[in-house]
Amino acid sequence: MAQISIRNVRKSYAKQEVVHGVDLEVATGEFIVILGPSGCGKSTLLRMIAGLESVTSGDITIDNRVVNDLEPHQRGCAMVFQNYALYPHMTVAENIGYALKVAGLPKVDRLARVQAVATSVGLTEFLERRPGQLSGGQRQRVAMARAIIREPKVFLFDEPLSNLDAKLRVQMRHEIRRIHNHIHATSVFVTHDQQEGMTLADRLVVMNKGVIEQVGTPEEIYHRPASVYVGGFIGSPAMNFLSGQISAQDSAVVLANGAKIPLPVPLAAAHDGQFTQIGLRPEELALVPAGKGAFDAAFEFAEELGAARLYHFQFEDLMLTVLSADKPAVEKGKPMGIRIGAGAVHLFAADTGKRLSAKVGSRERELV
Amino acid sequence: MRRAYFKNNWIAALMVTPQLIVVFTFFYFPASQAMYWAFTLEQPWGGGNTWVGLDNFRAILSDDLYWSSVWLSIVFALGSTALAVGMALILAIFVDRQLAGYKAYKIGMIWPYAIAAPAVGLAFRFIFSPGAGIMMFVNQVFPDLWNPVENGTQAMAMVILAGAWKQVAYNFIFFLAGLQSIPRSLIEAGAMDGARTLRRMRDIQLPLLAPTFFFVLVINITDSFTDSFGIIDTMTAGGPSRATNLMVYKIFNDGFQGLDYSGAAAQSIILMGLVIALTFVQFRYIERKVHYT
Repeated sequence: MAQISIRNVRKSYAKQEVVHGVDLEVATGEFIVILGPSGCGKSTLLRMIAGLESVTSGDITIDNRVVNDLEPHQRGCAMVFQNYALYPHMTVAENIGYALKVAGLPKVDRLARVQAVATSVGLTEFLERRPGQLSGGQRQRVAMARAIIREPKVFLFDEPLSNLDAKLRVQMRHEIRRIHNHIHATSVFVTHDQQEGMTLADRLVVMNKGVIEQVGTPEEIYHRPASVYVGGFIGSPAMNFLSGQISAQDSAVVLANGAKIPLPVPLAAAHDGQFTQIGLRPEELALVPAGKGAFDAAFEFAEELGAARLYHFQFEDLMLTVLSADKPAVEKGKPMGIRIGAGAVHLFAADTGKRLSAKVGSRERELV
Repeated sequence: MRRAYFKNNWIAALMVTPQLIVVFTFFYFPASQAMYWAFTLEQPWGGGNTWVGLDNFRAILSDDLYWSSVWLSIVFALGSTALAVGMALILAIFVDRQLAGYKAYKIGMIWPYAIAAPAVGLAFRFIFSPGAGIMMFVNQVFPDLWNPVENGTQAMAMVILAGAWKQVAYNFIFFLAGLQSIPRSLIEAGAMDGARTLRRMRDIQLPLLAPTFFFVLVINITDSFTDSFGIIDTMTAGGPSRATNLMVYKIFNDGFQGLDYSGAAAQSIILMGLVIALTFVQFRYIERKVHYT
C-alpha cells in the first residue's frame, strides 16, 4: 500500500523534452489509468515511476520517500510489460518465483508461494511448462502472477492487454480489476484504449504531447472534458465539433451559417463575443424532421451497430455524427433537423482549446 | 516456408553449374583422390601405386608420433577455443552494455578476422620473439623466462594465443548479435525482480545466449583443427621437437616434406572424418537442445 507523488517531473532525451512537467498525486490503493495516444509520454512516465528511466528533473516519491535515484527493485514496484517479458528459458513456476529466488528465499517457501499465487490466477496446471507453450492469455496470467508474488506496494501496467484479441482483452480486464479489488495495491495502468481506461480506472489521467490534459473520474472526464483534446479523445463515436461565436444577446452560439445553438444565460453572458468550439456528443443529439431542430444537415450514410445506428451528415464543410436507436426515415442528400439535448453542449475557447464555464462573482459555478 | 521454383529446369541447372564446378574441382575431386591414396601406396615421384587396403591406417594408428599430434591438436583446439570464446563473450558484453568507447571497440574488434592466418602468425612471431621487442625486455629482467624456440609448452601457449586472437573477432560478432537479440524488456523485468547486473547476466543473458554459444564453440573447434596451419607454419613449423606438430601440420609435413603421400592422405581422411563428426554433432544434438520458442 503506497501513495505516489509526482512533482513537476520532466524527461528529456538528448535535447528533446518528451514529458513537460507532470504533477500527479496517486492515493493509497487507488487504480489510476493514464490514457493517451502513442508518443504522448505515458509509458515514459510509467517507466520513470518504475525506475527503468531516469528522471531529468522533478521528484517522484513513493510513501514520502524520494525514489529518483533508487534501483527499480528498491522502490517496491512490480510491473507487467506489454509483451509480457517472460523468461523463455524458465518454466512458469521459475518465472513466477524468480524474484523470490533472487531475494534468497528458501526453496520450500518459494514453492509454497508460487503454488498459492498460481492458484489465484488459475495457472496450477501449467507450472512446469515453458512460456513458449502457453497461449497469449496464459502468458498474461504468468506476467500478472510474477508481479503479484512480490506483494508490491505499487503495481505498474504498461499496456498489458494490447497484444490480446478483443474477447480475451475484456476477460483479462475483469481479471485485473478483480485482482485489484482483492489485493488493493496502488496501481498505475497505461493504455491508449479509452474503453480500457474508462472501465478500469478509479481516476483517469488523460495525457497528450507530454502534458496532462485532465485528471478526474471517468464520469467527470466524459461529462466535463477540460479541453477540446479530451473531448475529442474520450467517447466513441468521437465528439462533433462546430465553430461559432457566443452572443449574450441571443444567449446562444451563432454558427457561420447563422444557425443558433442555445446556451444557458449565465454562460453566454460570461463569454459574450468570444469565438468558440462547440463539442456535441453523437449520443446526445437526436434526429427530428427538417426545420424542427437547432439546425438542418444533409444525410450522407448510416452505419449499423446492432442496438443503434450511426447517422452521418454533411453540415457546411464538416461531417457530423448522430447516434440514434430509433429508425428515422432518411434519404441521401435530404436534410434532417438535429436537436441538441439539454446540457449536451460543451464549450471550448477557440484559441486555447480550454473549456468555458460560467463565472458568477468570485465563485466558479459550473452550469454546463 | 515459401520457396521459389523455376519453371524451366535448364535455367536452374545453368545457375548452379558454376558453383558445382568449383565445389567439385576444389573439394570432391581432391577428397576422392585422397581417399584413393589412403588405401594405396603412392610412389613419391608418381608412376603407379599398389593397393594396400587398411595398411596405411594401421601404420598411422600404431605410430606414437601420430597420437602425440592428435593430443596436441586437442590441446590447441580446447585452449584456443576457450580463450577465444571467453574473451569474445566478455568484449561483447561490454559493447552490449554500451560502456565508454563501445563504438571504437565494435569496429576494432571486427578487423582481426579479416587478417589471413599466416599474417597473424608472422605478427605474433615478432611480438613473441625472445630476442626482440617486449619479450626481450622480459627476458632481460628475468633471464631465460621466455623462449618458445626451446620450450615446447611456451610454443604451444604462443600459437594458442595467436589462434585465439584471430578467432575472437568472429565470435564477438555472433555474441554481440545474440545479446542484442535478447529483448530489452527481459532485462528490465529482471531488474524489477531485483536481479543486479551480474545476476541478470548469469540468469537471463547467458542462458539465452546458449544457442549462439554452442554454435560458436563447434565452429571454433572445427576451425582450430583445419585453420591452424597458417599460424603453425609461420610461427613454429611444428617445433620445437614437434611440440606444436598439430594433425593438420603433420599431414603437410609427412606428405610434402616426407613425400609419404599415402600416409598423409590417410591422416587427412581421419581429420576429415573428425570435422564431419563435429559438424554432425552441432546440427544433430546441440542445435536441437538449446532452442527456446
